[in-house]
Amino acid sequence: MDWYPLYNSLRIAAIASFFVFFLGVAAAYYIAKLPRLLKGTLDVILTLPLVLPPTVVGYLLLRLLGPRRVVGAWFLEHFDLRLVMTWWSAVFAVIVVVFPLMYRTVRASFESFDETLAYAGQTLGLSNTYIFWRIRMPYCRQGLIAGTVLAFARALGEYGATSMIAGYTPGKTATISTTVYQLWRTDNDALALKWVLVNIAISAVIMLVVNMLEKKDLLTEARRSGKARA
Amino acid sequence: MSLIVDIEKRLGAFTLRAELEARGGEALALLGPSGCGKTVTLKCVAGILTPDRGHIELDGRVLYDSKDQIDLPPQERQIGYLFQQYALFPNMTVEQNILCGIQRGGKAEKAELAAAQIRRFRLGGLEKQYPAQLSGGQQQRVALARILASGPQAVLLDEPFSALDSFLKWNLELELGEMLSGFPGPLLWVSHDVGECRRNCRKVCVMESGNTDPVIPIEELFTRPASRSAARLAGCKNFLRAERAAEGLRLPEWDVTLPLQPEQSGFDTMAVFNAAILPDGGELSLRVCRVIEDVDGYILLLRPEDAAPSAPFLRFESPVPHAVGETLGLGFRTDKLFFF
Repeated sequence: MDWYPLYNSLRIAAIASFFVFFLGVAAAYYIAKLPRLLKGTLDVILTLPLVLPPTVVGYLLLRLLGPRRVVGAWFLEHFDLRLVMTWWSAVFAVIVVVFPLMYRTVRASFESFDETLAYAGQTLGLSNTYIFWRIRMPYCRQGLIAGTVLAFARALGEYGATSMIAGYTPGKTATISTTVYQLWRTDNDALALKWVLVNIAISAVIMLVVNMLEKKDLLTEARRSGKARA
Repeated sequence: MSLIVDIEKRLGAFTLRAELEARGGEALALLGPSGCGKTVTLKCVAGILTPDRGHIELDGRVLYDSKDQIDLPPQERQIGYLFQQYALFPNMTVEQNILCGIQRGGKAEKAELAAAQIRRFRLGGLEKQYPAQLSGGQQQRVALARILASGPQAVLLDEPFSALDSFLKWNLELELGEMLSGFPGPLLWVSHDVGECRRNCRKVCVMESGNTDPVIPIEELFTRPASRSAARLAGCKNFLRAERAAEGLRLPEWDVTLPLQPEQSGFDTMAVFNAAILPDGGELSLRVCRVIEDVDGYILLLRPEDAAPSAPFLRFESPVPHAVGETLGLGFRTDKLFFF
């Protein structure tokens, strides 16, 4: 069994999650401060990929990044770089599809943040950067972790947009999901089943990790508040 | 050292016009009912909110000036702010909470200063605890220790005891007064509780619906309140319509004329503090209409026998019980009657 699709899926998901983490946090933080109308508009645009079929996202990305399209042509001309049909093209697709999950989870947890803590930090002379990284982010860590894990899990399974922008080339752009489809289409049922089982195993492990993280956090909270009452 | 505030800010339909001066080492109470703009004033002083126009100055240092377009961020104002719920950082230990506000000095110096604050505020042994593990009193001490460790030139207290039961409140109040007693800078104490202000502050600035009265020594709030709202905040519960008449002072709601000649003119209301009411030997005969048992005495609602059904009652807190229907001959101490 050639493990390349597993390796490829994991690295695409990891790279995309890394970018989505920062993009999601930045968007959630800055958009919350915008005037209502602009906030509402951006909210709709940024959440759209969540409800659009991934193939539509793939189509739009191809229109943007294809070798004869605006961005694609520019990169081809200046860097001799083709943005589509490589393994890392899938990263673009996955970022766009997965971004709303991170953005919405983080925004919800930022909204639950007690702004008084930020004011207290400011009056104590702490810089806004310090307050953001050392007070706001730790306060919202549950939402941040949940968003990242969700994003990673969804990134691993992305099929529609990935298949359009990266295609399926064995040993190059193949991911688990495109491999399963390809194997089933070519009547290689036994191998397809193996990959399905691998996929189920990974997803189960991820969900297990999420549950453990939640339990651990609940336990520490309980211990703290229990002592406070005593 | 003094804190000078003269600002204006609109928030929707609400307009704040605050003008006050707090001197160093002399706690100034900002007293007013909920929603009168006390907290907004504090937030403007601290730099959390920006006024629309005006001037804020601390110890000769301009913090905000709309004409000169000066608006220092809260970080540069050196003003400590004690929030209602203390706003301790939940992810940091007691020690880290205190350390993070200390800006100057090397690592060793900072640790030493933090240790000194921990000793001074009797927090020894709690250094590694998280805020959620502390009692309300300990949290207050950590919050104060953190503020004073950051070296503020003025301290603002925003209703420090609003969410506490009365016994705990009293203990924390004693402690807070003690901890702040040596603070040399201006202290602005926001509260809606006149007793709390009286016990802890020497000056008071009464605030109502966004406007400040002039700053006065706090005892004057009780000896000669400047306005109806000041009298109300000082604990006066009786406000009767009153007008000057040929034979004395007429109370039109009761259709009664008292043999009193107030020195003032241009008033329409008489404020009667409880201490102004002499329960017997007076000429005003009032009927006891209701008796309400209170914690340490009785509240009597009194009115002339033939008064209209809509006429207001005089509320009198009596140490001894009286029966409903009884008639009392009341007199007034004229030095405790105020006219607005």
